[in-house]
Amino acid sequence: MLSIAEKDFGTPPPAPSEQLVTLSIDGFEVSVAAGTSVMRAAALAAIAVPKLCATEQLDAFGSCRLCLVQIEGMKGYPASCTTLVAPGMKVTTQNQKIGELRRGVMELYISDHPLDCLTCPANGHCELQDMAGAVGLREVRYGYEGENHLQAKKDESNPYFTFDASKCIVCSRCVRACDEVQGTLALTVQGRGFGSKIAASQDDSFLDSECVSCGACVQACPTATLSEKSLIDMGQAEHSVVTTCAYCGVGCSFRAEMKGAEVVRMVPNQNGHANHGHSCVKGRFAIGYTTHPDRITKPMIRAKITDPWREVSWEEAIGHAAAEFKRIQQKHGRDSVGGITSSRCTNEETYLVQKLVRAAFGNNNVDTCARVCHSPTGYGLKNTLGESAGTQTFDSVMHADVILIIGANPTDAHPVFGSQMKRRLREGAKLIIADPRRIDLVRMPHIRAQHHLQLRPGTNVALLNSLAHVIVTEGLVSQAFVAARCEPVPFANWQAFVAEPRHSPEVLEANTGVPASEVRAAARLYATGGNAAIYYGLGVTEHSQGSTTVMAIANLAMATGNIGREGVGVNPLRGQNNVQGSCDMGSFPHEFPGYRHVSDAVTRQLFEREWGVGLHAEPGLRIPNMFESALDGEFLGLYCEGEDIAQSDPNTQHVTAALSAMECIVVQDLFLNETAKFAHVFLPGSSFLEKDGTFTNAERRISRVRKVMNAPAGYADWEITQLLSNALGYAMNYAHPGEIMDEIARLTPTFTGVSYDKLERLGSIQWPCNEQAPDGTPIMHVDEFVRGKGKFLLTEYVPTREKVNSRYPLILTTGRILSQYNVGAQTRRTANNAWHEEDRLELHPHDAEERGVKDGDWVGVQSRAGETVMRALVTPRVQPGLVYTTFHFPDSGANVITTDNSDWATNCPEYKVTAVQVTRVSQPSEWQKRYRKFSERQQELLKQGGDVTALK
Amino acid sequence: MSIEHLTNMANDIGAFFHAEPVREDGIKGMVNHLQRFWTPRMRRQIVEHLRQGGEGLDELPRQAVQRLEA
Repeated sequence: MLSIAEKDFGTPPPAPSEQLVTLSIDGFEVSVAAGTSVMRAAALAAIAVPKLCATEQLDAFGSCRLCLVQIEGMKGYPASCTTLVAPGMKVTTQNQKIGELRRGVMELYISDHPLDCLTCPANGHCELQDMAGAVGLREVRYGYEGENHLQAKKDESNPYFTFDASKCIVCSRCVRACDEVQGTLALTVQGRGFGSKIAASQDDSFLDSECVSCGACVQACPTATLSEKSLIDMGQAEHSVVTTCAYCGVGCSFRAEMKGAEVVRMVPNQNGHANHGHSCVKGRFAIGYTTHPDRITKPMIRAKITDPWREVSWEEAIGHAAAEFKRIQQKHGRDSVGGITSSRCTNEETYLVQKLVRAAFGNNNVDTCARVCHSPTGYGLKNTLGESAGTQTFDSVMHADVILIIGANPTDAHPVFGSQMKRRLREGAKLIIADPRRIDLVRMPHIRAQHHLQLRPGTNVALLNSLAHVIVTEGLVSQAFVAARCEPVPFANWQAFVAEPRHSPEVLEANTGVPASEVRAAARLYATGGNAAIYYGLGVTEHSQGSTTVMAIANLAMATGNIGREGVGVNPLRGQNNVQGSCDMGSFPHEFPGYRHVSDAVTRQLFEREWGVGLHAEPGLRIPNMFESALDGEFLGLYCEGEDIAQSDPNTQHVTAALSAMECIVVQDLFLNETAKFAHVFLPGSSFLEKDGTFTNAERRISRVRKVMNAPAGYADWEITQLLSNALGYAMNYAHPGEIMDEIARLTPTFTGVSYDKLERLGSIQWPCNEQAPDGTPIMHVDEFVRGKGKFLLTEYVPTREKVNSRYPLILTTGRILSQYNVGAQTRRTANNAWHEEDRLELHPHDAEERGVKDGDWVGVQSRAGETVMRALVTPRVQPGLVYTTFHFPDSGANVITTDNSDWATNCPEYKVTAVQVTRVSQPSEWQKRYRKFSERQQELLKQGGDVTALK
Repeated sequence: MSIEHLTNMANDIGAFFHAEPVREDGIKGMVNHLQRFWTPRMRRQIVEHLRQGGEGLDELPRQAVQRLEA
């Protein structure tokens, strides 16, 4: 079912064209862009042509024969959806003959359709019903007794939607949505004529098929055949609110379709600038966590983590937290406390927490979870290009001729952008993938990577240096670009450096494991194949040389002139919705909003004047340094908003020891997460549906988050931070997050033009947005780099100290899966578990056989940091010597085995390389036994604490 | 903070700046990095460690830490 709020113009808008075509429709003169369909032209002129198989979301198909019209000089009755406008065309959309033809078509449809409209889930928004009305159907001469599909079975296997075949009119909209919008090709029309039916994969159930549950088919369905279960349960929504998804860094725009204060369904916004009406299984369906009974809805405190929680008033909880922070600072010094935010927080929230830490705590001990994901992106891009951000729009990919993906898995982790990338690849763009594991994009229907550089984990820099070596030594450098746009001396140094024979693919093959010929071919393709764009993810950043790899990527783009226009660029795919934003907002201990160092006196004075308080000029503690300091007894108080460090940070036992050493941990979250089990104050936070704010996606796109319901505990997160700040003695008096954004704009040169009013007007804004770029900046570094001239940096390959040996002979690397999201706090509390109910360890059949491991066996995974046990998934997706797991379930203990190694520049953990041994076992690890006991005890302490109000 | 940990961190930073063709640039780069990203206490600790002999510190980090002291 299409959105209740969107007008559908029947066919997609044509490619932008200056050329206008004027025609007459029902006697009215209409001017539209060349390439527009007659149906769309009519719709734009407010003339509704009946339609069933057409929707603006899909290419015209011309099968239902309902939209036929008469066109002077043309034979018969052409379908208006597949007929393009022409100058002087005279179209008639309605007369007696057309009416008869349409009624005839509708009669056939209705003769094989259940007439249960009053109890049908689509009632009130069914296109078939509407069309019956529109064409004036009054009788069905064929009767209803003949052979029909009315007894066709429902497929209810998918947890979020049903497929009721009895209501299907085989218009193919679902099939085309799966093909054109999602690009999975899971659906088909099976059989012919009367026997035609929609089938998922090889006539499997939807759940067992290749369907990825993106919901595009459900949205496209004109009848109740494919309907959200929530719609079936609740009935039609009556209003909708545009907001932004709270999952990955694509930052899809959605309409929350509401009935009072309840969400009936989330429908991707056709006008969404990042997603253009598409979504994935998480954004569209996995919002059940917001109303999950596990939500904590009352503030709680306790003296020790072995005490039961005690529900208290907001005043008491905030007063207690503030008193504890003050006590610790009085006793142990100003620097003994700090704060951590999450990329799941809005810009306004992260801004406020860093303000609280700098102004109310009086130190710079503030960090954000980007520390453990994309901090190397900020460092690497700032030092080469001059700005800590991706250079493009997502739409830019549609102009790319060569796509190089390094350490990213877009179809799982950034699925909506993954679908857009698939569209471009199917149009013919070439693909190079550098990944130790065979991600889906390596080979899928109509897509095959020209080069899969299956490198050994930890050798990114070696691989990129060898690619650069080929580009330099084979004369593929874009000399004109480099001469005009880059600093000459660093370039000359870099050129000499990568040209050294030790960087040749033939030499480095021993390190990377990638055949030299493949590297040479990939380098040539990247440098000479037209517009070449690099997309990368955490497989780049979460290494001991994460920052060096980002620099090497920027070097490559500059050397080939692949930066500063559509179709090219350096594109970090951010893991969470607001990674970019939380970094922008000054959440790092060394910089203010807008990436300005705390030692910069001019900037500091700007903030001191606005905030009315003296600020510290020295950098504060990063997250891992906070842990180290806690173990030293020097860092004892932590305000942690929206982040679950006990699960997401590496070397869990080290983290939990540090948390146990602290005297006051204040956790602000939706749930009693792993970190909250070590906390002394719990402040119940708000979900994205319960607050106003903004998120900034991976394209620097700022989009509004809008409140559609009240927070069950009463306060939005920014209000809670404000309460805490006031209790600490530093006054904050914002009435609305819009005022916080106004303050950000006053203080941040790249945000000076941003306001809620402008966001309302434009829908979204890509920063920089200021006097020079009042409507924002889609593509960066167009005429010059932000730093002036681009700077090449030398990227020496330094092997990680995490080495395999006979005790730990395998390399473990980690990643995300489509249906789950990071620590799983959200998705584990939804029906998405139907696709992934536990983390598994992928290992190659060869390694499995050597160890006597069969698919599904329990295996122990030991590293230098710890041991955990999970079930094995034997698959050739991983190379021999490599094992892989996801990290969505706390009990899996994926981070019990990851180590303290980190990126040299930013301390981003080296999650992607851990030397391990794998053995077949029959019981959980010692850590797991301890974890389960501790966790159960914490749940008891929660229950003992009183009647924590559960949401129903 | 454990001195072993700080030493490892310093050596990792040093390994990046080691690539600079002019040694002085590498040392300056590392000093700047430590000043921009390490807390004063971390810097004091590593300086103190060098005073005690600087066990485990590679050559370039030694020179950078020495410069930090001055």
